[in-house]
Amino acid sequence: MTEHDLANSQLGSLSYDPALESASIARLRASYGLFIDGSFTDASAHERFVTLNPANETTLATVAQASSADVDRAVAAARRAYDTVWSKTTGAQRAKYLFRIARLIQERARELAVVETLDNGKPIRESRDVDIPLAAAHFFYYAGWADKLDHAGFGADPQPLGVAGQIIPWNFPLLMAAWKLAPALAAGNTCVLKPAETTPLSALVLAEILQQAELPAGVVNIVTGDGSTGAALVDHPDVDKIAFTGSTEVGRLIQQRVASSAKRLTLELGGKGANIVFEDAPIDEMIEGIIDGIFFNQGHVCCAGSRLLVQESVADEVLRRLVRRVEQLRVGDPLDKNTDVGAINSAAQLERIKELTAFGESEGATRYTSSCVLPESGYWFAPTVFADVSQSHRIAREEIFGPVLSVLTFRTPEEAVAKANNTKYGLACGVWSEKGSRTLWVAERLRAGVIWANTYNRFDPTSPFGGVRESGFGREGGRHGLEAYLNV
Amino acid sequence: MRLVTEHDRGVHIPSAGRVPAVESEAQLRALLTSLSGVDAVGAESRAARLATRSIKKSSKLVAIDLAIAMVDLTTLEGADTEGRVTSLCTKALRPDPLDPTVPAVAAVCVYPDLVAHARSVLGHSSVHVASVATAFPSGRASLKVKLLDVREAVAAGADEIDMVIDRGAFLSGRLGQVFDDIVAVKEACGVSRLKVILETGELVTYDNVRRASWLAMLGGADFIKTSTGKVTVSATSPVALVMLEAVRDFAESTGHVVGVKVAGGIRTTKDAIRYLVLVNETVGSSWLSPDRFRFGASSLLNDLLMQRSKQHHGAYVRPDEFSGD
Repeated sequence: MTEHDLANSQLGSLSYDPALESASIARLRASYGLFIDGSFTDASAHERFVTLNPANETTLATVAQASSADVDRAVAAARRAYDTVWSKTTGAQRAKYLFRIARLIQERARELAVVETLDNGKPIRESRDVDIPLAAAHFFYYAGWADKLDHAGFGADPQPLGVAGQIIPWNFPLLMAAWKLAPALAAGNTCVLKPAETTPLSALVLAEILQQAELPAGVVNIVTGDGSTGAALVDHPDVDKIAFTGSTEVGRLIQQRVASSAKRLTLELGGKGANIVFEDAPIDEMIEGIIDGIFFNQGHVCCAGSRLLVQESVADEVLRRLVRRVEQLRVGDPLDKNTDVGAINSAAQLERIKELTAFGESEGATRYTSSCVLPESGYWFAPTVFADVSQSHRIAREEIFGPVLSVLTFRTPEEAVAKANNTKYGLACGVWSEKGSRTLWVAERLRAGVIWANTYNRFDPTSPFGGVRESGFGREGGRHGLEAYLNV
Repeated sequence: MRLVTEHDRGVHIPSAGRVPAVESEAQLRALLTSLSGVDAVGAESRAARLATRSIKKSSKLVAIDLAIAMVDLTTLEGADTEGRVTSLCTKALRPDPLDPTVPAVAAVCVYPDLVAHARSVLGHSSVHVASVATAFPSGRASLKVKLLDVREAVAAGADEIDMVIDRGAFLSGRLGQVFDDIVAVKEACGVSRLKVILETGELVTYDNVRRASWLAMLGGADFIKTSTGKVTVSATSPVALVMLEAVRDFAESTGHVVGVKVAGGIRTTKDAIRYLVLVNETVGSSWLSPDRFRFGASSLLNDLLMQRSKQHHGAYVRPDEFSGD
């Protein structure tokens, strides 16, 4: 080349016109009831609440607020279905329903993806390519187990627990419903599911799918509402098992409340995952992995790689490339197929992210925030990286649950392990190195339920997922996931 | 850790950079093996993710015109004739005879014996004459023969030479030999641009692609090119991604800008736009120009013309509306 253009090359400067998925595909109704005993019903007190589109703060629908009387009805329906139908079905019969549900999720995948994106704020690319396909995959996977429980390693003829109360979070609404329902149903339990207050809609579309699949009435009941609905479910005397995914704070309350009962409990709680980068890591793929680790789903991921531990010898280079890549993230309308980072799920969550990042600055970390233009309405937070973070900073210790990465450095593998483990959580970690022996050395010393090597935030129904310490206990996914719903 | 500065937001090409001098095979090997490895799973998933970008409306029109201007319209058949090359050159100058707003392509790419004829048809137009040389496509000839091949093509009027590297030498570790060949060919090119074909389908691993890319750039390549189009595996998105990353990192560390040419099997507008997205999001705007990115293709041009006409007129025309050659 004879002449050099010495200007900076702007990444992503070929502009992409908006490529919007149509919101009408969601076919949302103006109002939704509770799904109890196979049909939709209004709440007994006729109370309703509104669910918003966090990307523009418009109302999507009103949803019934279940009272303790409604929870009572739902648990009674689940008990009746357990006693009269579901506990008498064979594994092969249960598998038939689970396969049907999986196929129907696939058939209605586009609709579900749009519903999820509208209600949650996550980019359509993620709901389309991750949430919905994985939800279907979980039903397919556990359908396969339903008639093979004898061979799952829990002895001959393992028995279900009975009625499972399941409380799920707002970050992956349909996927978390699938994680909870599929193994429970495969194992022969009946369920009362409580979706998160801000994201009830995809679970209610799933309720329609359960009707389409002709799942016997009462086998799955869905009660929408706020924390009081969840509390009524946790406290209900006829529930045999509580499975909760959400914050450590709420998990602790639930554990206290079930402590004096015979209820089984599994908790999948918060995390402060460390992504550990050694100097020999494959640099381009590692940068992508860090980005996926923290900006996937706006960082609303319990296993997010929210702490980056980078070997000091490559720290400057990694930070420079990371910042360039963050700048390139396309933040905006979640329905745009080219959006990488969508809206924060709620005003309350946005407030928490702002509060914690303010501490980051006041405690002396160096802040870098993407210069992306944020939409005027809705809840938005620009992707942010903090450098010069130390172990004592609040942004290195507390779960932010937003698109905020804290970067720390280390010099030796021992120091990396010590820093990674210096947290009350223990959900997930990542290790980046081309040297397999070192990856294994580090992995066996990390205190975390999930460890990824040269990748991050990869999920598969065949792989168990769950935490240690304040990230909870119990496993979801894989053969291990059955244990949470069997009397073993 | 230092503060992040403004220029860290894009690809920063230093004006005072320098290409490191290669003094020995051992030094060259040390340099190439010091490059970061490529994680195959990660590279493939990154390329696959970028393939889901949805390019619509006016951005699609921009991309189509850009792609047309980046085409090296190629004919590399044993049965090539002067008549066919004339037809190709006419099309290169004005891809759609009925629509003067369609840009000319970047170059016409032919075998060395047809360079003089192509030059006579294209004259001093903007369309370059590119020629494959150096015992294309296998590269299995003595250096003396390869250099003669190059000199004859340049003398006949080729502005651009597409050389092949000796993959056998590269794979058996004779890196110095591959380097020396490139340096010698570059010298024989004179002012003509040198495109170095890595034949990535025969290099097999992404680590090899990254090392061969750097080797070619250190040897003086103006472009690095994926493939001859004559082996089973030609250009793929992950290979292009790895080469674009190499070009970006080389520019940032040496200040020397090298282009990328993808060739073989690129037939549709959709494929071409996916490559443009890859360029856009890996090296950025400066590479979105025929000086820095090319498509080696023949049938691609007609599909670009058809999609362009669809974007403008709202309906497809018959394929026969565009000439076959």
